[in-house]
Amino acid sequence: MTEAPLTHLQRLEAESIHVLREVVAEAENPVMLYSVGKDSAVMLHLARKAFYPAPPPFPLLHVDTTWKFQDMYALRDRAAADAGMQLIVHQNPQALEQGINPFDHGPLHTDMWKTEGLKQALDLHGFDMAFGGARRDEEKSRAKERVFSFRSANHRWDPKNQRPELWRLYNARKAKGESVRVFPISNWTELDIWQYIHLEGIQIVPLYFAAPRPTVTRDGMLLMVDDDRFPLRPGEVPEMRSIRFRTLGCYPLTGAVESQASTLPQVIQEMLLTTTSERQGRAIDHDQAASMEKKKQDGYF
Amino acid sequence: MTNQTYRTDSLIAEDIDAYLQAHQHKTMLRFITCGSVDDGKSTLIGRLLYDSKMIFEDQLASLEADSKKLGTQGGNIDFALLVDGLAAEREQGITIDVAYRFFATEKRKFIVADTPGHEQYTRNMVTGASTADLAVILIDARKGVLTQTRRHSYLVHLLGIRHVVLAVNKMDLVGYDEAVFQAIVADYRSFADSIGISDFTAIPISGLAGDNITSTSLQTPWYQGPTLLAHLEQVPLNSTAAQTAPFRMAVQWVNRPNLDFRGFAGLVASGTLRPGDAVRVLPSGKTSKVARIVALGGDKAMAVAGESITLTLTDEIDCSRGQVIVAAQSPLEVADQFETTIVWMDDTEMVPGRAYWLKIGAQTVSATVQAPKYEVNVNTQEHLATKTLDLNAIGVANITTDRDIPFAPYAENSDLGGFILIDKITNRTVAAGMIHFALRRAQNIHWQATEISREDHAAMKNQKPCVLWLTGLSGSGKSTIANVLERKLARMNRHTFLLDGDNVRHGLNKDLGFTEADRVENIRRVGEVAKLMTDAGLIVITAFISPFRSERDMVRAMMQPGEFLEVFVDTPLEHAEARDVKGLYAKARAGVLKNFTGIDSPYEAPEQAEIRIDTTQTTPEQAADMIIARLIP
Repeated sequence: MTEAPLTHLQRLEAESIHVLREVVAEAENPVMLYSVGKDSAVMLHLARKAFYPAPPPFPLLHVDTTWKFQDMYALRDRAAADAGMQLIVHQNPQALEQGINPFDHGPLHTDMWKTEGLKQALDLHGFDMAFGGARRDEEKSRAKERVFSFRSANHRWDPKNQRPELWRLYNARKAKGESVRVFPISNWTELDIWQYIHLEGIQIVPLYFAAPRPTVTRDGMLLMVDDDRFPLRPGEVPEMRSIRFRTLGCYPLTGAVESQASTLPQVIQEMLLTTTSERQGRAIDHDQAASMEKKKQDGYF
Repeated sequence: MTNQTYRTDSLIAEDIDAYLQAHQHKTMLRFITCGSVDDGKSTLIGRLLYDSKMIFEDQLASLEADSKKLGTQGGNIDFALLVDGLAAEREQGITIDVAYRFFATEKRKFIVADTPGHEQYTRNMVTGASTADLAVILIDARKGVLTQTRRHSYLVHLLGIRHVVLAVNKMDLVGYDEAVFQAIVADYRSFADSIGISDFTAIPISGLAGDNITSTSLQTPWYQGPTLLAHLEQVPLNSTAAQTAPFRMAVQWVNRPNLDFRGFAGLVASGTLRPGDAVRVLPSGKTSKVARIVALGGDKAMAVAGESITLTLTDEIDCSRGQVIVAAQSPLEVADQFETTIVWMDDTEMVPGRAYWLKIGAQTVSATVQAPKYEVNVNTQEHLATKTLDLNAIGVANITTDRDIPFAPYAENSDLGGFILIDKITNRTVAAGMIHFALRRAQNIHWQATEISREDHAAMKNQKPCVLWLTGLSGSGKSTIANVLERKLARMNRHTFLLDGDNVRHGLNKDLGFTEADRVENIRRVGEVAKLMTDAGLIVITAFISPFRSERDMVRAMMQPGEFLEVFVDTPLEHAEARDVKGLYAKARAGVLKNFTGIDSPYEAPEQAEIRIDTTQTTPEQAADMIIARLIP
């Protein structure tokens, strides 16, 4: 048993746990951003391992848009309770008041609910370090992203003011008002995430598995009619299709794929044989080239 | 589509469970590619991603479109486009030190550190190399070993990367000529020997044509070695080697969910650990035994290097974040002075004598760097004389920490011998460093315990010792206020001593000038003297311009808590210059006097001075009374 090399998943796990503990040791008021997706599920599981037998010593924060899938809300509340953690749900009151929605307001929807909502929540609770589940393999522009991403007092990401990260040494020092977004699963790929979920038996939202669901096809995307707020266009009739999702966000903005994969190994099988990249299912990235870069500077995750 | 060499594992389609089973036993290798775009580095990385099927159809479609549009490869796919896009980011002024790419084969997952840029090369490459097990050094077969090859190799060796691959690229452009390859290998070998790289693997490749990358090339029948990918799949891992060394783990976090549980969490830097093992906590040296290795889902019977664990001990001994738990029989060295190699990474140059934060393992301590012994020219490896290090400079210098730290030489273990320096004011990571060895001097100078304590001295004088640190521009009135203050205190039977800037420079500090480094040393010495005087029970009044916040904070840190009172003598520059008692401003304006505070050298006003005196509103008498009111309430 000695000198057995650690597997890639063991090394990734150890590295992520190291980052989680480092933040808890150095932050005054840390929080974990929890989006209910598979990456969040893995990050939460890693946090439970990192601090066991204590519960993770920080709350979960869900920046809600009111437009998530119903299944996501159900799992969110259960996952927080299982981990013994406080769950903070923040909905931008202005967006709520103005009825901002993805059908009528386009990019403003993401901007107000998510970007502004996140800033509000962080300011409201005075969180100085926030974990996020972003990964470097998600998109070309994220490949250079640091694990510790510094934000000014007004949440701006200043590309010139980021710090080199050497060895396992993270410099978490900051001035008052400044904050840090920390990405513990930076070095995981989509396949790593799926393999780890499989190996550890982590609970994820059922929408990742294929099932017959009501759908319409719109602008080249296959959308699920998750509730009766979905405004059907003339001639549109929801059709039952066997679909699943590779990423989850607001249901009107998240494209499904037709699939028969109803178990985890089948999902991984499809993922390995598939020919389109993960983020393609998200309307948000198609807005403009380098759109993630722009959103990040504005303070979106 | 050209060059379609997807290696889709047939198991995926046929038996996904068997595939998953097999792939849970993959290992992970991190490597860095060194070379410029001209060497075909991006093409090589793009090729590895492409051949290992990490490119999806939508990405491929845009890749094909871009390749046609740019026409760099005559209608064929330009793999470099997969990983580039950094040029555009550079134009936007975005600093990129390293981009990380991922791909996997059936045996391993790979993380590639890709370091772009020329000007920032040293800083970027050192960052990328710090986490790499292996380095691929790219050489253009038409050009051979160049200055940059030597620079890359030196940095790879400096960061302690044990596995070096010499990838002789663009073999297609030299007709796959063995003689060209062998000549380059021989040339490189003699250079590698000279800098201490004892072993490397040379592979003739073509990133563009795909020779010897993932499959053996028919064009190089004279080459019998592995392909690049085959080599990457079989090279031994550092983390596995670390398992055979003695146990070491820096404590990151103490887990105390309730009074009955006290766990020590950290990442195992080396060795293995089992319940029952005898361990020692450093620097205290206390010993105990491992009770449990606690984990969600059940205790572990063993932990190995590279794992993040939580352990408990059989005894209640003091152990907190930053301390290191080691195998009891083979402890680490503990010291507070070291010889180190330092790579400077900040736009602001190093200031010898200034206190920086030093982070090593899980602890952050205050440390001062002495003037470098020499700087290394990264291109020629020559040693150059220098007084400081600026951006991208590498030098050897001694470092003193404010307390003992357990460590291992960097060459033995990067987790226990690698550190970063952090500027105390800007919080920027300004340098990376590697410990060579401890300087014995630290262990030979023992603190002489004196029988009359500082408390005795203070009690005899019936006062509480302190330092009243007056700071402000030249001509702000510091010396005047200090004199009035001392006179008033003397009348109140207080025992005082006034350390004046000009006077100290006639004796103690007459060897120092007015450069930034000398100013730092000036203040450091005054701080030490003031500290001895507070030990003697005196109230020390100092009057120094002391323009830099970090030095004032350094002196504050030397003193007992509450015994340092910063007094900001706040005079606008116009006022001080108008007064110009000593005629110095006139000289500075005329350019006769260099490095004059307020004119061509900055003054960093205190942000949280205990006392601020606005000299436009206050007379020296009133100022002295204000200070006394604070001192003797």
